[in-house]
Amino acid sequence: MERKGLDCVVLNQGYACVNGRVLEHEAAGNALLAELYRNHIADWPKFFKMDTLSKAGFVASELLFKEIGDNRHEGDEFVQNRAIVLFGSTASLCADRNYQETIQDKDNYYPSPALFVYTLPNIVTGEIAIRNHYRGETSFYVLEEPDAAQMAFHLSCAFQDGATDSILAGWVDSTQNDDFQSFMTLIQKEDAADAGWLAGQLQLMINNLNK
Amino acid sequence: MARVIRCIADNVVSPLGTDSRSNYDSVKAGRSGLARYESMGNITTPFVLSRVDRKVIDGLCGKLGIEGNYTFFEKFLLCSSVQAVRDSGIDASSDRVIFIVSTTKGNVSLLGAPQEGMEQERVLLAKAAREVTEYFGNPNNPIVVCNACISGVCAQIEAMRALRSGRYDYAVVIGADEQSPFIISGFLSFKAISDEPCRPFDKDRKGLNLGECAATVVLEASDVKKNGWELVCGAIRNDANHISGPSRTGEGSYLALMEVLKECRRDELAFVNVHGTATAYNDEMESIALYRAGLIEVPVTGLKGYYGHTMGAAGIMESILSMYAVRDNTVLATRGYNEQGTTWPVNVKSELRECKGSEFIKLLSGFGGSNAALLYRYVE
Repeated sequence: MERKGLDCVVLNQGYACVNGRVLEHEAAGNALLAELYRNHIADWPKFFKMDTLSKAGFVASELLFKEIGDNRHEGDEFVQNRAIVLFGSTASLCADRNYQETIQDKDNYYPSPALFVYTLPNIVTGEIAIRNHYRGETSFYVLEEPDAAQMAFHLSCAFQDGATDSILAGWVDSTQNDDFQSFMTLIQKEDAADAGWLAGQLQLMINNLNK
Repeated sequence: MARVIRCIADNVVSPLGTDSRSNYDSVKAGRSGLARYESMGNITTPFVLSRVDRKVIDGLCGKLGIEGNYTFFEKFLLCSSVQAVRDSGIDASSDRVIFIVSTTKGNVSLLGAPQEGMEQERVLLAKAAREVTEYFGNPNNPIVVCNACISGVCAQIEAMRALRSGRYDYAVVIGADEQSPFIISGFLSFKAISDEPCRPFDKDRKGLNLGECAATVVLEASDVKKNGWELVCGAIRNDANHISGPSRTGEGSYLALMEVLKECRRDELAFVNVHGTATAYNDEMESIALYRAGLIEVPVTGLKGYYGHTMGAAGIMESILSMYAVRDNTVLATRGYNEQGTTWPVNVKSELRECKGSEFIKLLSGFGGSNAALLYRYVE
């Protein structure tokens, strides 16, 4: 029997796709993320405070969990057995540029903590952990480019933590406010046991990042 | 049996010295790299910082034969890693060696101050890391751990896992950050920086100081027990509470501690080297996590009074100094501490203490709700 592929969401500034189904939309760039939020999420106002990188990761994770019917953990219920492991090549460059503008000119100097906090790329992992009540591992790795084999290796390593039995894994990049790429998938421990298969699955998602 | 992960070489480059031994001796003697600055670039608010003299780094690079078109950050990574790799005796050009870089902001200063003849793409962290792997002729693609202030512990955990997987035999783990107006203005905007030398866990603590350091550990995987420093285990846990403030119950820190305590022999635990940034929230949170984990009586020590918060280097440098301290049967003094200032009275002192035991825990917390802990053990 052929093994079922991983569920996945792929987003970029002009494209949104859930398990191969393209979502209809009107907006592009940052406005696309807001449109997806309004149409498919709508109950997490913290979204509007996020930078583009966090929005791109957050929306992709929400669409993924909705697709697979993953239960939301709320109230006093926290989970420790799910990690969030994300990769990117430009890290927080978009937020870095936005923050740099606020300190570049002596006569127009207004450093903002709300912008500065997003100059750390792992903030997106924290945003998703807060939303879903995940107290497991959260990690962000920077690679030169989306490399399926390299990502599959580090994801399989993450399962060495005895508490981790599934990983929300993905790729997030943003260099300008209206420019982003992300994919998100959910990996079970047995998926990572076959690194070649996992790399193949990730490669399919990588191939769609520039659609 | 899982492969044993050992630390076979280490280096620290900071204002207090250019190797681990001189750094340890300086800290033991009570010296600090912290100094007050009245301004920097467009920043006009005074702050205290531990800054490396650029001439010292250039001189060190000259002595080590590091030549090329490198930024300060890249020179910083290289002058620490070249010394550690040389001391380890490994062939860093082998594909059985993985390089892992720990940094929060890398070459971000290029955004505000582009350098002639330096490609702007070096602001990309993996491009800067590529400069290091290319210097050593290492064929593997670089990987950068970018988990805010806990990166240095995370990078060692990632190295441990990569080695245990069997894919690699050695890991060169390098942490560094350059303190530029970018980072300093950001922490000032958070009102997190003190204009005095920081006072970890003290009742009058006013905030953190930033600092510069580059630190390297070379880890080896082997199938047999040998004497030396063994990286036993580590864990990363999230508070799931707030992106820029720690959990009031120390949730992630507590969970990370509980995970490493599974492997810890409590009568061998010499001390916990904490994050101890001297912000009101961090130190309070750590005291709660230590209490909840049953560690309130274990000696606790923090190094920010000597180095400031060295960000990407912190987890690595503070692990290395802890190794030297355990071998010296010493709990290093927590410089700046005077009077208990946390809800739970952690066992912290402003003077040197003797200790017994062969293990220590390194603890860190950071933005994004992230927390991490490591357990090292010296095997005779």
